[in-house]
Amino acid sequence: MTTLIEVSELHKRFGILHAVNNVSFNVQRGEVLGFLGPNGAGKSTTMKMITGFLEPTGGTIRVAGHDVQDEPIQVKRRIGYLPEGAPSYGEMTVQSFLEFVAEVRGVPRSQRQDRIRDVIDKIHLESVVEQTIETLSKGYKRRVGIAQALLHDPEILILDEPTDGLDPNQKHEVRLLIQEMAADKAIIISTHILEEVDAVCSRAVIIAAGRILFDGTPTELQARSDMHNAVTLIVDPATAAAAETALNGLDDVERVERIAEQGDQVTLLAVPHAGREIITAIGETIHRNNWAVQSLRVESGRLDDVFRQITMPHSTEGQREFSNRAA
Amino acid sequence: MNNIFAIFKREFVGYFATPVAYVFIVIFLFLTGVFTFYLGSFFERNQADLQPFFNFHPWLYLFLIPAIAMRLWSEERKSGTIELLMTLPLSTAQAVIGKYLAAWAFSAVALALTFPMVLTVNYLGDPDNTVIVAGYIGSLLMAGGFLAIGSCISALTKSQVIAFVVSVVICFLFLLSGFPLVLDFFKGWAPQAIVDVIASFSFFTHFDSIKKGVIDARDMIFFTTLIAFWLYANVVTIEAKKAS
Repeated sequence: MTTLIEVSELHKRFGILHAVNNVSFNVQRGEVLGFLGPNGAGKSTTMKMITGFLEPTGGTIRVAGHDVQDEPIQVKRRIGYLPEGAPSYGEMTVQSFLEFVAEVRGVPRSQRQDRIRDVIDKIHLESVVEQTIETLSKGYKRRVGIAQALLHDPEILILDEPTDGLDPNQKHEVRLLIQEMAADKAIIISTHILEEVDAVCSRAVIIAAGRILFDGTPTELQARSDMHNAVTLIVDPATAAAAETALNGLDDVERVERIAEQGDQVTLLAVPHAGREIITAIGETIHRNNWAVQSLRVESGRLDDVFRQITMPHSTEGQREFSNRAA
Repeated sequence: MNNIFAIFKREFVGYFATPVAYVFIVIFLFLTGVFTFYLGSFFERNQADLQPFFNFHPWLYLFLIPAIAMRLWSEERKSGTIELLMTLPLSTAQAVIGKYLAAWAFSAVALALTFPMVLTVNYLGDPDNTVIVAGYIGSLLMAGGFLAIGSCISALTKSQVIAFVVSVVICFLFLLSGFPLVLDFFKGWAPQAIVDVIASFSFFTHFDSIKKGVIDARDMIFFTTLIAFWLYANVVTIEAKKAS
């Protein structure tokens, strides 16, 4: 494993705003790092510093062994970057824009057309190559931005909200593309969409108010949820009361909630003590009492909940919302 | 060098991709015509030269050049493309020079399209064409000076309007720095040496001698130094914004 991006003790202040506060992390080749956080958390600012667009107030960034401050050109050569909002020159056609970027990126003249055709194929831009960029839809503009970042086949890809503004099919395609490229690159993507982290990232970093609050795999992130390993079961009203008492009596169950009642269905949620597993015990209890259970399901813990728990630790909203959704 | 050329090419082609270029050229040609023939009394003077044509260039440039320069960096900042540009593997100086040369080349194209003036005066009489060539060189250098100022100011703000207005004011000061309007402001308190230096900044004085056919090294050095200074300031401005 080679470490391609090393960020250590990074700080950025804008006046009184401490936008990035002591952020450190590494990204290895083969990793896809998902950068999560509320708006204004410092995700884009961190990305702008890695790509050399902004200067850090403190800390160091090394990309493929080169310091961003000391050797900015060496660093920029190795990075493909999709800036926030996918800016591009509106008056240019897609073809001429890609030619311009390829030229400045130093793609040799003999390979330029091949590379451009390659990227156009990959991102499915065939139908718009001769259109000016300002006439394109939001989704196409974003894809032109991604295409531009891939032209020189960089070792490192930094994509600020690559799927923003894309329709579900396009999102799926971009995710596949990222997964395809993941093996021999180090990739950082930022996103608000939690399912995306599950779908493409091998690691998730949650950042809020400029600080890193979580750094681990998406599975570890899910395990942080209160609802991890919780069990929902749907029973008829007659057994509901008995079931509630019986489940509450189990050792590893922290609490049982009646989260919905609808006709002859009552939905119960059994929440375990942190880190415990309760499905076996519940299964045995059901079997012993011979209840008629219409549905039984283990929750893996929703990323949304964890995200809310981590970024807004004093809010209970996460749980309330979970109840609503389960209903 | 390749990078400067790539930026230059993109920018230069960009002028002609929008109506801006054509509008600018038409207005420039129209105004040079009006100024030369009506205000400059081209015919009444009965002399075969282009003095009435060149006399008004400083005034035309005062408004038209900041109009070209205002978009150079403001637009990049406004649309966010500056982030794309500055994360490409090129130095800030290369980007500044590439953009500047493209704008300068564009103003050279506009200036070159005034060639019917030269044909007219040659048809009507027997002018000293070396003086006319000198006039064109001087005019182009002066345009370059205004452009460098405008480019630097444009890097300071997102707003093209602010860039335009501030550039016009600064260009105006440079234009008139040999005149009492500007000098009186300094005479009261600054030592004579400084007043002389300021007076020597006047575009008018330097352009005046060139357009009369006197290509003096000092005037050349003045304009090239001025351009170099403002472009350097331009680079410094962009670098400073990175750290802010």
